[in-house]
Amino acid sequence: MSEVLVLVPGAADAVRSSTFGLLTAARRLGEPSVVLVGPDDPEAVRALGEYGAAKVYVADSPELAEYGSVATAEVLVDLARRLAPAAVLLASTRLSKDVAGIVAVRLGSGVLTDAVDVRPGSRGPVVTQSVFAGTHLVDSEAVRGPVVITLRPNAVDPEPAPVPPAVERVEVTVGEAARRVRVVSRTAKASSGRPDLSEASVVVAGGRGVGSAEGFAVVERLADLLGAAVGATRPVTDEKWCSHEYQIGQTGRTVAPQLYLATGISGAIQHRAGMQGSRTIVAINKDPKAPILAIADLGVVGDHHVVLPRLVEEIERRTQ
Amino acid sequence: MRIVVLVKYVPEPTAQWRFADDLTVDRAGIEGRLSELDEHAVEQAVRLVEGGLDAEITYLTVGPVRAAEGLRKALAMGGDAGVHVEDPAIHGSDALATSLVLAEALRRQGFDLVLTGMASTDAEMSVVPAMVADRLDAALVSFASALTVDPQAGTVTVQRDGEGAVDEVVAQLPAVVAVTDQAGEARYPAFRAIMAAKKKPVTTWSLTDLGISPDQVGLAASCAVVTQAVPAPERQAGTVLVDEGDAAVQVADFLTTRGFL
Ligand SMILES: Cc1cc2nc3c(=O)[nH]c(=O)nc-3n(C[C@H](O)[C@H](O)[C@H](O)COP(=O)(O)OP(=O)(O)OC[C@H]3O[C@@H](n4cnc5c(N)ncnc54)[C@H](O)[C@@H]3O)c2cc1C
Ligand SMILES: Nc1ncnc2c1ncn2[C@@H]1O[C@H](COP(=O)(O)O)[C@@H](O)[C@H]1O
Repeated sequence: MSEVLVLVPGAADAVRSSTFGLLTAARRLGEPSVVLVGPDDPEAVRALGEYGAAKVYVADSPELAEYGSVATAEVLVDLARRLAPAAVLLASTRLSKDVAGIVAVRLGSGVLTDAVDVRPGSRGPVVTQSVFAGTHLVDSEAVRGPVVITLRPNAVDPEPAPVPPAVERVEVTVGEAARRVRVVSRTAKASSGRPDLSEASVVVAGGRGVGSAEGFAVVERLADLLGAAVGATRPVTDEKWCSHEYQIGQTGRTVAPQLYLATGISGAIQHRAGMQGSRTIVAINKDPKAPILAIADLGVVGDHHVVLPRLVEEIERRTQ
Repeated sequence: MRIVVLVKYVPEPTAQWRFADDLTVDRAGIEGRLSELDEHAVEQAVRLVEGGLDAEITYLTVGPVRAAEGLRKALAMGGDAGVHVEDPAIHGSDALATSLVLAEALRRQGFDLVLTGMASTDAEMSVVPAMVADRLDAALVSFASALTVDPQAGTVTVQRDGEGAVDEVVAQLPAVVAVTDQAGEARYPAFRAIMAAKKKPVTTWSLTDLGISPDQVGLAASCAVVTQAVPAPERQAGTVLVDEGDAAVQVADFLTTRGFL
């Protein structure tokens, strides 16, 4: 069975559920081999083996962080040329979009981004994408490979399949092309202590209808009660009622939680593009014609300033 | 200095999109427009020049005849000239083929700084900028929420908005920089600017002009084939209730029933 290269951009990513989903997806197409950028932390390697990574190629060089996507892409390209994998799989993140583009050009392969499903086909991997703001599903087959696929978070549920991973260190040479872009400083975004938005199983999100930073604070309180991640629409982050990190939609994060609770959100197409994959949707909006109510499993025509504080109280009472 | 902005003509996002018989997006039947995300790239280019950078701005689009309207819209926002690569053979090109055409057009045009949008609002791949940069051996910085150019040093300094961290990145020119919608609101052109844009030069190139053979692009050259396009399963119609004071209790009941409480 041929290998499937799976990019894990850092040791911290090795223990994330999105990586486990990626490995689970890779197992459908072949034998997953992880390309781990960073030190071969034993805990990380063990976690990867737990989800079926028979091989872990370790690319460890501080220069990879300094020079970013081109350098990382070059590691993948070298390995892909050597191993002729069935596919190259990456999580749909901003870094991986750069890497996917470069790898595809160098290998002359097809690239399919934001896959919601992958499976083996007669000619090679079949990839399903959700398009037109989630209204259509499109299947594609790569005719020239190895196909480069980026997979949406939560698209494939992680299933363990333990193997003892063999670790192989690979040479990292940062070429001239990569050196033309240098990261001079990095500011980590403040951590909220809440679950990661892309991976959260519950997301509570607020829109312009929350009215103010104070109105948004109730969204955060409800999220904390539910152990949820916090989300927002673009106007809310534009108004700085919350960090831009929380923005969900076409130009923000994509989420696919078990529960998406939206308040004061109209449900514009660019917002729906980022949350349409949610399993259950609850929406509170004072306008009965708001498009979000049409896709909600439970819709409430009501005032955020009334319903949300009461909901917080009610849940506090029930969970006491 | 030469700035080239890559602008795509896309179907209007709020229109009812359809697939054509060849399973590409039916562009002929839908109103089009300049991609709103590319307007942010146009805006950044115009601001750089307004901020004192001595540069000429050219817009480059690869698309059908009507894509020229997108160039006019960009030219109304500012800038000097447009280049339209138009050839029937390009229809159905995937990202790899599109990036080839863009790269060859850029080579012919000449550039120091290429600005692009963060994603096209139709394909939404965010891979074309990286592909173009790699083909041209230019530096690449994607997801830029701010940028400044130092023509003496020959560098562009970018605030790169990644997941979990914001990086300050310095890239040597020539560079390709993809800007996000956080970079700054795009301006509405005034009527006079729209009229003035009609007089700005727009050049049209075919594949032959770029030395690309038709079998390198289009559906036939595509690295992936669409085998099926179907409507997503309908969401089951939900319940909508009007709050009469007890909505919070009903929501809590719903959350309990579904196992979230
Ligand atoms: C290229 C592009 C990309 C974009 N990307 C994104 C993106 O990634 N994410 C995103 O979110 N948006 C994005 N947008 C913006 C998007 O088009 C919408 O403008 C935005 O999603 C609207 O946000 P909203 O629902 O909070 O605000 P609005 O559309 O203004 O809706 C507010 C809603 O709140 C309701 N409301 C008001 N008061 C109350 C109250 N007291 N109680 C209850 N309900 C109330 C109103 O009835 C209304 O439905 C993008 C736009 C473009 C052009
Ligand atoms: N056909 C095209 N013509 C001009 N620019 C394009 C074209 N396709 C993509 N681009 C540029 O590449 C960016 C990213 O596109 P994509 O990779 O399709 O999401 C867009 O925002 C544009 O700036």
